[in-house]
Amino acid sequence: MLSGKTIQKAESRPAFEPRIIAFFCNWCTYLAADLAGTSRLKYAPNVRVIRLMCSGRVDPQFVLRAFAEGADGVLIGGCHPGDCHYQEGNYKTLRRFVLLRRTLKQMGIEEDRFRLEWISAAEGDRVRAVVNDMVEKVRALGPLRLNAAVEEEEAVHA
Amino acid sequence: MPDKPKVAFYWCASCGGCEEAVVDLADGILDVAAAVDIVFWPVALDFKRADVEAMADGSIDVTFLNGAIRTSEQEEMAHLLRRKSKTLVAFGACAQLGGVPGLANLFDREGILQEVYGDSRPGDDLPVLFNDVRALDQVVETDYYVPGCPPAPAIVLKAVQTLLNCARPPKGAILASDRALCDECARKATKPEKLTVAEFHRPHQVIIDEEKCLLAQGLVCMGSATRGGCGAVCIQGNMPCSGCCGPVGTVRDQGAKVLSALASIIESKEDMEIEHALASIPDPAGTFYRYSLPASLLRHKTRERILQ
Repeated sequence: MLSGKTIQKAESRPAFEPRIIAFFCNWCTYLAADLAGTSRLKYAPNVRVIRLMCSGRVDPQFVLRAFAEGADGVLIGGCHPGDCHYQEGNYKTLRRFVLLRRTLKQMGIEEDRFRLEWISAAEGDRVRAVVNDMVEKVRALGPLRLNAAVEEEEAVHA
Repeated sequence: MPDKPKVAFYWCASCGGCEEAVVDLADGILDVAAAVDIVFWPVALDFKRADVEAMADGSIDVTFLNGAIRTSEQEEMAHLLRRKSKTLVAFGACAQLGGVPGLANLFDREGILQEVYGDSRPGDDLPVLFNDVRALDQVVETDYYVPGCPPAPAIVLKAVQTLLNCARPPKGAILASDRALCDECARKATKPEKLTVAEFHRPHQVIIDEEKCLLAQGLVCMGSATRGGCGAVCIQGNMPCSGCCGPVGTVRDQGAKVLSALASIIESKEDMEIEHALASIPDPAGTFYRYSLPASLLRHKTRERILQ
Protein backbone atom coordinates (compact mmCIF):
# COMPACT_ATOMS: atom_id res chain seq x y z
CA MET A 1 0.00 0.00 0.00
CA LEU A 2 1.09 3.53 -0.62
CA SER A 3 1.72 5.63 2.46
CA GLY A 4 0.49 9.23 2.59
CA LYS A 5 4.05 10.41 2.13
CA THR A 6 4.50 8.40 -1.05
CA ILE A 7 1.30 9.79 -2.52
CA GLN A 8 2.47 13.36 -1.89
CA LYS A 9 5.83 12.69 -3.49
CA ALA A 10 4.50 10.80 -6.49
CA GLU A 11 2.49 13.79 -7.76
CA SER A 12 0.36 13.01 -10.82
CA ARG A 13 1.86 9.74 -12.05
CA PRO A 14 3.00 7.30 -9.35
CA ALA A 15 5.21 4.41 -10.45
CA PHE A 16 3.18 1.37 -11.42
CA GLU A 17 3.01 -1.30 -8.73
CA PRO A 18 1.24 -4.45 -9.98
CA ARG A 19 -1.60 -5.78 -7.86
CA ILE A 20 -1.66 -9.55 -7.87
CA ILE A 21 -4.32 -11.73 -6.31
CA ALA A 22 -3.03 -15.15 -5.28
CA PHE A 23 -5.28 -18.11 -4.48
CA PHE A 24 -3.23 -20.57 -2.40
CA CYS A 25 -4.41 -23.98 -1.24
CA ASN A 26 -4.47 -24.68 2.48
CA TRP A 27 -2.34 -27.83 2.40
CA CYS A 28 0.62 -26.97 0.20
CA THR A 29 1.14 -23.50 -1.21
CA TYR A 30 -0.24 -21.56 1.72
CA LEU A 31 2.04 -23.52 4.04
CA ALA A 32 4.90 -22.76 1.68
CA ALA A 33 4.08 -19.05 1.93
CA ASP A 34 4.05 -19.44 5.71
CA LEU A 35 7.42 -21.14 5.55
CA ALA A 36 8.76 -18.30 3.42
CA GLY A 37 7.57 -15.94 6.16
CA THR A 38 9.07 -17.84 9.09
CA SER A 39 12.28 -18.27 7.11
CA ARG A 40 12.35 -14.46 6.70
CA LEU A 41 12.61 -14.70 2.93
CA LYS A 42 11.98 -11.35 1.31
CA TYR A 43 9.79 -11.11 -1.77
CA ALA A 44 7.77 -8.51 -3.62
CA PRO A 45 4.88 -7.16 -1.49
CA ASN A 46 2.49 -6.99 -4.46
CA VAL A 47 0.56 -10.18 -3.77
CA ARG A 48 -2.69 -10.39 -1.83
CA VAL A 49 -2.99 -14.01 -0.76
CA ILE A 50 -6.40 -15.66 -0.39
CA ARG A 51 -6.35 -19.05 1.30
CA LEU A 52 -8.69 -21.74 0.00
CA MET A 53 -8.95 -25.35 1.10
CA CYS A 54 -7.96 -26.56 -2.37
CA SER A 55 -6.84 -25.00 -5.64
CA GLY A 56 -9.82 -26.91 -7.07
CA ARG A 57 -12.05 -24.45 -5.19
CA VAL A 58 -10.94 -21.65 -7.53
CA ASP A 59 -14.10 -21.02 -9.51
CA PRO A 60 -13.20 -19.25 -12.78
CA GLN A 61 -15.67 -16.60 -11.63
CA PHE A 62 -13.21 -15.70 -8.82
CA VAL A 63 -10.48 -15.10 -11.37
CA LEU A 64 -12.70 -12.96 -13.58
CA ARG A 65 -13.88 -10.98 -10.58
CA ALA A 66 -10.31 -10.33 -9.46
CA PHE A 67 -9.41 -8.95 -12.90
CA ALA A 68 -12.66 -7.01 -13.14
CA GLU A 69 -12.09 -5.35 -9.76
CA GLY A 70 -8.64 -4.16 -10.74
CA ALA A 71 -6.09 -6.97 -10.30
CA ASP A 72 -3.21 -6.82 -12.80
CA GLY A 73 -2.46 -10.52 -12.36
CA VAL A 74 -3.90 -13.66 -10.77
CA LEU A 75 -1.77 -16.50 -9.39
CA ILE A 76 -3.10 -19.91 -8.37
CA GLY A 77 -0.95 -22.16 -6.18
CA GLY A 78 -1.73 -25.80 -5.49
CA CYS A 79 -0.18 -29.13 -4.52
CA HIS A 80 2.00 -31.00 -7.01
CA PRO A 81 0.18 -33.53 -9.23
CA GLY A 82 -0.49 -36.66 -7.20
CA ASP A 83 -0.22 -34.77 -3.89
CA CYS A 84 -3.70 -33.21 -3.69
CA HIS A 85 -5.21 -33.56 -0.25
CA TYR A 86 -8.50 -34.27 -2.00
CA GLN A 87 -6.98 -36.61 -4.63
CA GLU A 88 -8.26 -34.90 -7.79
CA GLY A 89 -8.70 -31.18 -7.01
CA ASN A 90 -5.49 -29.94 -8.63
CA TYR A 91 -6.16 -31.88 -11.86
CA LYS A 92 -9.50 -30.12 -12.21
CA THR A 93 -7.68 -26.83 -11.58
CA LEU A 94 -5.16 -27.62 -14.31
CA ARG A 95 -7.88 -28.38 -16.87
CA ARG A 96 -9.82 -25.24 -16.03
CA PHE A 97 -6.65 -23.17 -16.05
CA VAL A 98 -5.71 -24.29 -19.56
CA LEU A 99 -9.08 -23.36 -21.00
CA LEU A 100 -9.54 -20.20 -18.95
CA ARG A 101 -6.14 -18.81 -19.92
CA ARG A 102 -7.02 -19.23 -23.58
CA THR A 103 -10.41 -17.58 -23.05
CA LEU A 104 -8.84 -14.68 -21.14
CA LYS A 105 -6.38 -14.15 -23.95
CA GLN A 106 -9.27 -13.75 -26.38
CA MET A 107 -10.75 -11.20 -23.99
CA GLY A 108 -7.56 -9.15 -23.92
CA ILE A 109 -5.70 -10.51 -20.87
CA GLU A 110 -2.12 -11.55 -21.66
CA GLU A 111 -0.98 -15.05 -20.67
CA ASP A 112 1.65 -13.77 -18.23
CA ARG A 113 -1.08 -12.20 -16.10
CA PHE A 114 -2.59 -15.56 -15.20
CA ARG A 115 -0.40 -18.27 -13.74
CA LEU A 116 -0.73 -21.69 -12.13
CA GLU A 117 2.11 -23.11 -10.01
CA TRP A 118 2.50 -26.31 -8.03
CA ILE A 119 4.29 -25.44 -4.77
CA SER A 120 4.60 -27.95 -1.94
CA ALA A 121 4.64 -27.07 1.75
CA ALA A 122 8.43 -27.46 1.80
CA GLU A 123 9.08 -25.02 -1.06
CA GLY A 124 9.11 -21.65 0.69
CA ASP A 125 11.86 -20.45 -1.61
CA ARG A 126 9.75 -21.30 -4.63
CA VAL A 127 7.01 -18.95 -3.40
CA ARG A 128 9.57 -16.18 -3.36
CA ALA A 129 10.89 -17.05 -6.82
CA VAL A 130 7.43 -17.39 -8.42
CA VAL A 131 6.05 -14.20 -6.87
CA ASN A 132 9.12 -12.15 -7.76
CA ASP A 133 9.12 -13.46 -11.31
CA MET A 134 5.41 -12.85 -11.82
CA VAL A 135 5.58 -9.32 -10.38
CA GLU A 136 8.38 -8.45 -12.79
CA LYS A 137 6.54 -9.91 -15.78
CA VAL A 138 3.32 -8.08 -14.92
CA ARG A 139 5.23 -4.89 -14.24
CA ALA A 140 6.68 -5.14 -17.73
CA LEU A 141 3.18 -5.57 -19.18
CA GLY A 142 1.92 -2.49 -17.31
CA PRO A 143 -1.49 -1.96 -15.74
CA LEU A 144 -4.37 -4.03 -17.08
CA ARG A 145 -6.66 -1.73 -19.03
CA LEU A 146 -9.41 -4.07 -20.11
CA ASN A 147 -11.89 -1.61 -21.43
CA ALA A 148 -9.49 0.99 -22.73
CA ALA A 149 -11.72 1.79 -25.72
CA VAL A 150 -14.73 2.31 -23.45
CA GLU A 151 -12.70 4.50 -21.11
CA GLU A 152 -11.69 6.72 -23.98
CA GLU A 153 -15.23 6.90 -25.31
CA GLU A 154 -16.59 7.83 -21.88
CA ALA A 155 -13.91 10.51 -21.56
CA VAL A 156 -15.16 12.05 -24.83
CA HIS A 157 -18.81 11.95 -23.70
CA ALA A 158 -18.06 13.38 -20.24
CA MET B 1 -65.22 -1.47 -20.32
CA PRO B 2 -61.96 -0.23 -18.70
CA ASP B 3 -59.10 0.76 -20.97
CA LYS B 4 -56.95 -2.14 -22.12
CA PRO B 5 -53.27 -2.04 -21.06
CA LYS B 6 -51.10 -0.17 -23.56
CA VAL B 7 -48.21 -2.26 -24.86
CA ALA B 8 -45.24 -1.40 -27.10
CA PHE B 9 -42.67 -3.59 -28.86
CA TYR B 10 -39.34 -2.25 -30.05
CA TRP B 11 -36.12 -3.62 -31.52
CA CYS B 12 -32.55 -2.41 -31.25
CA ALA B 13 -29.47 -4.41 -32.33
CA SER B 14 -31.32 -7.62 -33.13
CA CYS B 15 -31.93 -10.07 -35.94
CA GLY B 16 -35.73 -9.94 -35.98
CA GLY B 17 -36.04 -13.36 -34.40
CA CYS B 18 -37.63 -11.90 -31.28
CA GLU B 19 -40.35 -10.27 -33.40
CA GLU B 20 -40.87 -13.66 -34.98
CA ALA B 21 -41.18 -15.17 -31.50
CA VAL B 22 -44.18 -12.93 -30.84
CA VAL B 23 -45.82 -14.06 -34.07
CA ASP B 24 -44.90 -17.66 -33.17
CA LEU B 25 -47.46 -17.50 -30.39
CA ALA B 26 -49.80 -18.57 -33.23
CA ASP B 27 -53.34 -18.72 -31.83
CA GLY B 28 -52.05 -17.41 -28.52
CA ILE B 29 -51.31 -14.05 -30.14
CA LEU B 30 -55.03 -13.47 -30.69
CA ASP B 31 -55.59 -13.68 -26.94
CA VAL B 32 -52.71 -11.28 -26.34
CA ALA B 33 -53.94 -8.88 -29.03
CA ALA B 34 -57.46 -8.97 -27.58
CA ALA B 35 -56.20 -8.28 -24.07
CA VAL B 36 -53.96 -5.31 -24.89
CA ASP B 37 -53.79 -2.17 -26.97
CA ILE B 38 -50.60 -2.15 -29.06
CA VAL B 39 -49.47 1.48 -29.35
CA PHE B 40 -46.05 1.04 -30.98
CA TRP B 41 -44.55 -1.85 -32.94
CA PRO B 42 -42.37 -0.72 -35.88
CA VAL B 43 -42.10 -4.16 -37.46
CA ALA B 44 -45.89 -4.56 -37.78
CA LEU B 45 -47.67 -1.24 -37.27
CA ASP B 46 -47.17 2.20 -38.79
CA PHE B 47 -46.39 4.30 -35.73
CA LYS B 48 -43.36 6.58 -35.77
CA ARG B 49 -40.95 7.82 -33.15
CA ALA B 50 -42.82 11.16 -33.13
CA ASP B 51 -45.97 9.32 -32.02
CA VAL B 52 -44.10 7.94 -29.02
CA GLU B 53 -42.60 11.35 -28.24
CA ALA B 54 -46.13 12.83 -28.23
CA MET B 55 -47.32 10.38 -25.57
CA ALA B 56 -47.45 11.43 -21.91
CA ASP B 57 -44.61 10.10 -19.73
CA GLY B 58 -45.49 6.74 -18.19
CA SER B 59 -48.50 6.28 -20.47
CA ILE B 60 -47.36 2.94 -21.93
CA ASP B 61 -48.06 0.14 -19.47
CA VAL B 62 -45.49 -2.38 -20.72
CA THR B 63 -42.74 -2.04 -23.33
CA PHE B 64 -41.01 -5.19 -24.60
CA LEU B 65 -37.64 -4.17 -25.98
CA ASN B 66 -35.47 -6.69 -27.82
CA GLY B 67 -31.94 -6.31 -29.15
CA ALA B 68 -28.72 -4.98 -27.66
CA ILE B 69 -27.74 -1.30 -27.57
CA ARG B 70 -24.83 -0.37 -29.81
CA THR B 71 -25.71 2.88 -31.57
CA SER B 72 -26.65 6.37 -30.39
CA GLU B 73 -30.11 5.97 -31.98
CA GLN B 74 -30.77 2.77 -30.03
CA GLU B 75 -29.62 4.46 -26.83
CA GLU B 76 -31.99 7.38 -27.44
CA MET B 77 -34.91 5.02 -28.09
CA ALA B 78 -34.15 3.06 -24.91
CA HIS B 79 -34.22 6.30 -22.89
CA LEU B 80 -37.39 7.51 -24.67
CA LEU B 81 -39.27 4.25 -24.14
CA ARG B 82 -38.08 4.04 -20.53
CA ARG B 83 -39.56 7.51 -19.90
CA LYS B 84 -42.86 6.67 -21.59
CA SER B 85 -43.31 3.25 -19.98
CA LYS B 86 -44.43 2.16 -16.53
CA THR B 87 -42.73 -1.20 -17.05
CA LEU B 88 -39.78 -1.92 -19.32
CA VAL B 89 -39.02 -5.53 -20.19
CA ALA B 90 -35.76 -6.76 -21.72
CA PHE B 91 -37.04 -9.29 -24.25
CA GLY B 92 -34.65 -11.96 -25.50
CA ALA B 93 -30.97 -12.72 -24.99
CA CYS B 94 -29.64 -9.54 -26.66
CA ALA B 95 -31.59 -7.15 -24.44
CA GLN B 96 -31.01 -9.31 -21.37
CA LEU B 97 -27.30 -10.15 -21.75
CA GLY B 98 -26.04 -8.49 -24.94
CA GLY B 99 -26.62 -11.55 -27.10
CA VAL B 100 -24.78 -12.57 -30.24
CA PRO B 101 -24.14 -8.92 -31.28
CA GLY B 102 -22.33 -8.59 -27.94
CA LEU B 103 -19.49 -10.72 -29.30
CA ALA B 104 -18.44 -7.57 -31.14
CA ASN B 105 -17.00 -6.55 -27.76
CA LEU B 106 -14.06 -8.84 -28.51
CA PHE B 107 -13.05 -6.24 -31.10
CA ASP B 108 -12.97 -2.44 -31.21
CA ARG B 109 -15.07 -0.14 -33.36
CA GLU B 110 -12.25 0.84 -35.68
CA GLY B 111 -11.40 -2.80 -36.43
CA ILE B 112 -15.05 -3.64 -37.10
CA LEU B 113 -15.59 -0.66 -39.43
CA GLN B 114 -12.39 -1.46 -41.29
CA GLU B 115 -13.37 -5.12 -41.72
CA VAL B 116 -16.90 -4.32 -42.95
CA TYR B 117 -16.49 -1.09 -44.91
CA GLY B 118 -12.78 -0.81 -45.67
CA ASP B 119 -12.09 2.75 -46.71
CA SER B 120 -15.61 3.58 -47.97
CA ARG B 121 -17.04 4.54 -44.59
CA PRO B 122 -20.72 5.38 -44.01
CA GLY B 123 -21.52 9.08 -43.77
CA ASP B 124 -21.47 11.23 -40.64
CA ASP B 125 -25.25 11.70 -40.69
CA LEU B 126 -25.81 8.12 -39.49
CA PRO B 127 -26.15 7.27 -35.78
CA VAL B 128 -22.84 6.79 -33.94
CA LEU B 129 -21.63 3.19 -33.57
CA PHE B 130 -20.42 2.76 -29.98
CA ASN B 131 -17.22 0.98 -29.02
CA ASP B 132 -19.12 -1.46 -26.87
CA VAL B 133 -22.37 -3.36 -27.22
CA ARG B 134 -24.52 -3.17 -24.08
CA ALA B 135 -27.44 -5.05 -22.60
CA LEU B 136 -30.57 -2.96 -21.89
CA ASP B 137 -29.99 -2.71 -18.12
CA GLN B 138 -26.54 -1.25 -18.78
CA VAL B 139 -28.29 1.71 -20.42
CA VAL B 140 -31.59 2.25 -18.57
CA GLU B 141 -33.38 0.85 -15.55
CA THR B 142 -35.00 -2.44 -16.55
CA ASP B 143 -37.93 -4.02 -14.70
CA TYR B 144 -38.09 -7.59 -16.00
CA TYR B 145 -36.31 -10.00 -18.31
CA VAL B 146 -37.66 -12.57 -20.77
CA PRO B 147 -34.80 -14.96 -21.68
CA GLY B 148 -34.08 -16.89 -24.87
CA CYS B 149 -32.81 -16.53 -28.43
CA PRO B 150 -35.55 -16.09 -29.27
CA PRO B 151 -37.76 -16.63 -26.20
CA ALA B 152 -39.75 -19.86 -26.53
CA PRO B 153 -43.52 -19.40 -27.10
CA ALA B 154 -44.32 -20.97 -23.72
CA ILE B 155 -42.02 -18.50 -21.94
CA VAL B 156 -43.46 -15.50 -23.85
CA LEU B 157 -47.06 -16.44 -23.17
CA LYS B 158 -46.40 -17.01 -19.49
CA ALA B 159 -44.43 -13.75 -19.21
CA VAL B 160 -47.24 -11.73 -20.82
CA GLN B 161 -49.83 -13.35 -18.55
CA THR B 162 -47.63 -12.65 -15.51
CA LEU B 163 -47.29 -8.99 -16.46
CA LEU B 164 -51.02 -8.53 -17.12
CA ASN B 165 -51.67 -10.01 -13.69
CA CYS B 166 -52.05 -7.67 -10.72
CA ALA B 167 -49.70 -9.68 -8.48
CA ARG B 168 -46.35 -9.17 -10.17
CA PRO B 169 -43.02 -10.75 -9.28
CA PRO B 170 -40.40 -8.50 -7.64
CA LYS B 171 -38.61 -6.04 -9.89
CA GLY B 172 -35.60 -7.47 -11.69
CA ALA B 173 -37.15 -10.93 -11.97
CA ILE B 174 -36.36 -13.16 -14.92
CA LEU B 175 -39.74 -14.39 -16.12
CA ALA B 176 -38.89 -18.08 -16.58
CA SER B 177 -37.96 -21.21 -14.69
CA ASP B 178 -34.88 -21.01 -12.42
CA ARG B 179 -33.84 -24.62 -12.94
CA ALA B 180 -30.90 -25.65 -15.09
CA LEU B 181 -31.75 -27.11 -18.47
CA CYS B 182 -30.10 -30.44 -17.57
CA ASP B 183 -32.70 -30.75 -14.84
CA GLU B 184 -35.60 -30.83 -17.30
CA CYS B 185 -33.77 -32.55 -20.17
CA ALA B 186 -35.42 -35.70 -21.50
CA ARG B 187 -31.96 -37.33 -21.73
CA LYS B 188 -31.14 -36.69 -18.08
CA ALA B 189 -31.40 -40.38 -17.17
CA THR B 190 -28.67 -41.28 -19.69
CA LYS B 191 -26.11 -38.96 -18.05
CA PRO B 192 -23.48 -41.21 -16.40
CA GLU B 193 -22.79 -40.91 -12.67
CA LYS B 194 -19.16 -39.95 -13.33
CA LEU B 195 -19.06 -38.09 -16.60
CA THR B 196 -15.70 -37.83 -18.38
CA VAL B 197 -14.74 -37.22 -22.01
CA ALA B 198 -11.45 -37.68 -23.87
CA GLU B 199 -12.06 -34.56 -25.99
CA PHE B 200 -14.92 -32.50 -27.40
CA HIS B 201 -16.53 -32.78 -30.81
CA ARG B 202 -18.41 -30.27 -32.92
CA PRO B 203 -21.81 -31.49 -34.15
CA HIS B 204 -20.68 -31.96 -37.76
CA GLN B 205 -17.76 -34.18 -36.75
CA VAL B 206 -19.73 -37.07 -35.24
CA ILE B 207 -22.92 -39.04 -35.72
CA ILE B 208 -24.97 -38.00 -32.74
CA ASP B 209 -26.91 -40.62 -30.78
CA GLU B 210 -30.50 -39.38 -30.47
CA GLU B 211 -31.12 -40.84 -27.03
CA LYS B 212 -27.94 -40.33 -25.07
CA CYS B 213 -26.81 -37.29 -23.03
CA LEU B 214 -25.07 -34.95 -25.49
CA LEU B 215 -22.34 -33.94 -23.05
CA ALA B 216 -21.51 -37.61 -22.44
CA GLN B 217 -21.08 -37.91 -26.23
CA GLY B 218 -18.44 -35.18 -26.05
CA LEU B 219 -20.57 -32.37 -27.47
CA VAL B 220 -20.28 -28.91 -25.94
CA CYS B 221 -23.72 -28.84 -24.29
CA MET B 222 -24.16 -25.84 -21.95
CA GLY B 223 -27.31 -27.07 -20.20
CA SER B 224 -25.62 -27.47 -16.83
CA ALA B 225 -25.33 -23.72 -16.18
CA THR B 226 -28.14 -22.51 -18.47
CA ARG B 227 -31.66 -21.62 -17.40
CA GLY B 228 -34.32 -24.04 -18.59
CA GLY B 229 -37.96 -23.42 -19.41
CA CYS B 230 -37.38 -23.50 -23.16
CA GLY B 231 -38.65 -27.07 -23.42
CA ALA B 232 -35.18 -28.25 -24.50
CA VAL B 233 -36.15 -27.84 -28.15
CA CYS B 234 -32.52 -27.86 -29.34
CA ILE B 235 -31.89 -31.17 -27.57
CA GLN B 236 -35.05 -32.55 -29.18
CA GLY B 237 -33.54 -31.53 -32.51
CA ASN B 238 -30.39 -33.46 -31.50
CA MET B 239 -28.33 -30.29 -31.08
CA PRO B 240 -26.49 -29.31 -27.89
CA CYS B 241 -27.61 -26.36 -25.75
CA SER B 242 -25.74 -23.20 -26.72
CA GLY B 243 -26.84 -21.31 -23.60
CA CYS B 244 -29.34 -18.76 -24.96
CA CYS B 245 -31.49 -18.53 -21.82
CA GLY B 246 -28.57 -17.19 -19.81
CA PRO B 247 -27.32 -18.30 -16.42
CA VAL B 248 -29.48 -19.78 -13.66
CA GLY B 249 -30.02 -17.47 -10.70
CA THR B 250 -27.14 -18.85 -8.62
CA VAL B 251 -24.58 -18.24 -11.39
CA ARG B 252 -23.20 -14.73 -11.96
CA ASP B 253 -21.12 -15.45 -15.07
CA GLN B 254 -22.48 -18.10 -17.39
CA GLY B 255 -19.38 -18.43 -19.55
CA ALA B 256 -17.05 -18.98 -16.60
CA LYS B 257 -19.33 -21.55 -15.06
CA VAL B 258 -19.81 -23.56 -18.24
CA LEU B 259 -16.07 -23.40 -18.93
CA SER B 260 -15.43 -24.71 -15.42
CA ALA B 261 -17.89 -27.58 -15.75
CA LEU B 262 -16.71 -28.66 -19.20
CA ALA B 263 -12.96 -28.38 -18.66
CA SER B 264 -13.07 -30.41 -15.45
CA ILE B 265 -14.63 -33.49 -17.11
CA ILE B 266 -11.63 -34.03 -19.42
CA GLU B 267 -10.18 -37.47 -18.62
CA SER B 268 -6.47 -36.79 -18.83
CA LYS B 269 -4.17 -35.71 -16.00
CA GLU B 270 -1.20 -34.79 -18.23
CA ASP B 271 -0.46 -31.18 -19.23
CA MET B 272 0.07 -31.79 -22.92
CA GLU B 273 -2.84 -34.20 -23.29
CA ILE B 274 -5.14 -31.72 -21.57
CA GLU B 275 -3.97 -28.93 -23.90
CA HIS B 276 -4.61 -31.18 -26.85
CA ALA B 277 -8.04 -32.32 -25.62
CA LEU B 278 -9.16 -28.74 -24.98
CA ALA B 279 -7.92 -27.59 -28.37
CA SER B 280 -11.13 -29.29 -29.56
CA ILE B 281 -12.87 -26.10 -28.41
CA PRO B 282 -11.33 -23.68 -30.94
CA ASP B 283 -13.15 -20.50 -29.82
CA PRO B 284 -13.83 -20.69 -26.06
CA ALA B 285 -14.88 -17.04 -25.59
CA GLY B 286 -17.27 -17.21 -28.54
CA THR B 287 -18.63 -20.55 -27.37
CA PHE B 288 -19.12 -19.95 -23.65
CA TYR B 289 -20.12 -16.27 -23.97
CA ARG B 290 -22.14 -16.68 -27.15
CA TYR B 291 -25.03 -14.72 -25.66
CA SER B 292 -23.60 -13.07 -22.57
CA LEU B 293 -20.31 -11.27 -23.22
CA PRO B 294 -21.54 -7.71 -22.40
CA ALA B 295 -23.11 -9.01 -19.16
CA SER B 296 -20.02 -11.05 -18.20
CA LEU B 297 -18.11 -10.21 -15.02
CA LEU B 298 -15.08 -9.04 -16.94
CA ARG B 299 -16.93 -6.60 -19.23
CA HIS B 300 -19.67 -5.48 -16.90
CA LYS B 301 -17.73 -4.97 -13.69
CA THR B 302 -14.83 -3.14 -15.30
CA ARG B 303 -17.29 -0.92 -17.09
CA GLU B 304 -19.02 -0.05 -13.81
CA ARG B 305 -15.66 0.69 -12.26
CA ILE B 306 -14.68 3.03 -15.09
CA LEU B 307 -17.97 4.92 -14.95
CA GLN B 308 -17.85 5.50 -11.19
